[in-house]
Amino acid sequence: MTEKRLKTGPDFIWRDMEVGNIVTEAGSAALRRTGDWRSQRPIIDKERCNKCGLCWLYCPDVAIKLLEDGYYETDLFYCKGCGICAKVCTREAITMIEEEEE
Amino acid sequence: MSKRVGLEASFAAAEAARMADVDVIAAYPITPQTHIPERLAEMVADGELNAAYIPVESEHSALSACLGAAAVGARTFTATAGQGLELMHEVVYVASSMRYPIVMTICNRALSAPLSVWGDHSDAMAVRDAGWIQVFCQNNQDAFDMTLWAFRVGEDPRVLFPVMVHFDGFHLSHVTEPVILPEQKEVDRFLPRFQYPFALTPDKPMTHGAFGPPDIYSEAKIAQEVAFRKSKDVIIQGFKEFGDIFGRYYHPVEPYRTEGAKVLLLTMGSFSETAKIAIDTKKNKGESVGLINLRLWRPFPFEELCQAVKDAETLIVFDRCISFGGPGGPVSSEIRSALYNEKERPRVVSFIGGLGGRDMAVKDFEYVIDQGREIVEKGSEELFETVGIRGEVTGIRG
Repeated sequence: MTEKRLKTGPDFIWRDMEVGNIVTEAGSAALRRTGDWRSQRPIIDKERCNKCGLCWLYCPDVAIKLLEDGYYETDLFYCKGCGICAKVCTREAITMIEEEEE
Repeated sequence: MSKRVGLEASFAAAEAARMADVDVIAAYPITPQTHIPERLAEMVADGELNAAYIPVESEHSALSACLGAAAVGARTFTATAGQGLELMHEVVYVASSMRYPIVMTICNRALSAPLSVWGDHSDAMAVRDAGWIQVFCQNNQDAFDMTLWAFRVGEDPRVLFPVMVHFDGFHLSHVTEPVILPEQKEVDRFLPRFQYPFALTPDKPMTHGAFGPPDIYSEAKIAQEVAFRKSKDVIIQGFKEFGDIFGRYYHPVEPYRTEGAKVLLLTMGSFSETAKIAIDTKKNKGESVGLINLRLWRPFPFEELCQAVKDAETLIVFDRCISFGGPGGPVSSEIRSALYNEKERPRVVSFIGGLGGRDMAVKDFEYVIDQGREIVEKGSEELFETVGIRGEVTGIRG
């Protein structure tokens, strides 16, 4: 299997465009870092989390992952910082903080 | 044996789609195009054509359904006119940018308001820049031939662009003329089965119609433009192959009795045939005139046009459309641009007439030629001239 690569960047010229801008490789969206639009990011407080999975269920971008121990973590490569996870959490275990905050 | 039958252009186009053995037709009826979807629906219902006929709720849906059909590799056909083409507008650009070789016949119709179902070229000019290959027909035989040819060219793997075949609403769409229909085996030789190289299939998932952020959109558009311009070679090759099989040869720019002519008239569509009679009449009187029929409108045949008019002193361009507040009819401004950098070029006079079904008779074209010649001699205050308008037209200035 060939390694997937994103068709973008300064080396990618107009002659590299596929006919009709077709993306011939399935699943290439996984390679595109779309989390860099984010201005806020969610912080999960493990102490308050009861592993209900609502955040995982509601995330519109599949950016919340289930860990082996049953807790969840956000994948900041894709997370747009929309805050839906924080809103739906019944335990107030997720807080949105500004990106520039530590 | 081919056979000679009486057909209106609408039925000729439907017959061409049938002989092309289209897989999918999605169309919405609108005057003066109605006879095309009606006839095709009838053929499908009667089992004469094995195709899916999708009755949609609007023209926007018609072309959208065609996109889906073309995406899986179906040979796809639709037809519309005037307001229908306007309602389709958004999808017209999508079809060409996604490189789907859909064939669409347009029975050219004026645009409202005032409401008019009658013929002119305003609908065609509104989609001028949409990236479709576009040809204009002079008569019903053209309508059959160009529809068949459109599939051959659009589907060529070097092209993969949609094609619009324009013919004048009512003047052709509803007028019966003799049309030579070829044998099916000749059609099959000209138009082999189509294999769309990027057809959607579960076996190899891919994305059609992806998002194009600013870091890719410009590259996408330039790639499309270069490919579109290149299609002209295949367009010409397609005309040649068509002629070799069916005996009728077409060209992007078609001169008629232009040899040595000082004054040339340029027309598109069915009016070219009327204008030819005006040229004959004037030639008989010893006048130095000729006609250019512009068949290929997009991609514009710059080289062929410049070559065809280079020896003339005056080129009168006749438009069936107004470009409001612009420099003249859309065809004439195009031709002025085409000639601007040429060392040897004729003076261009822009004429507008034949709007919303107003007829142009032979004597009207004789008037256009006489007036055009006089304007070149005496000069004119106006940016363009008109023909057949009641009342003196003044004030066409910026």
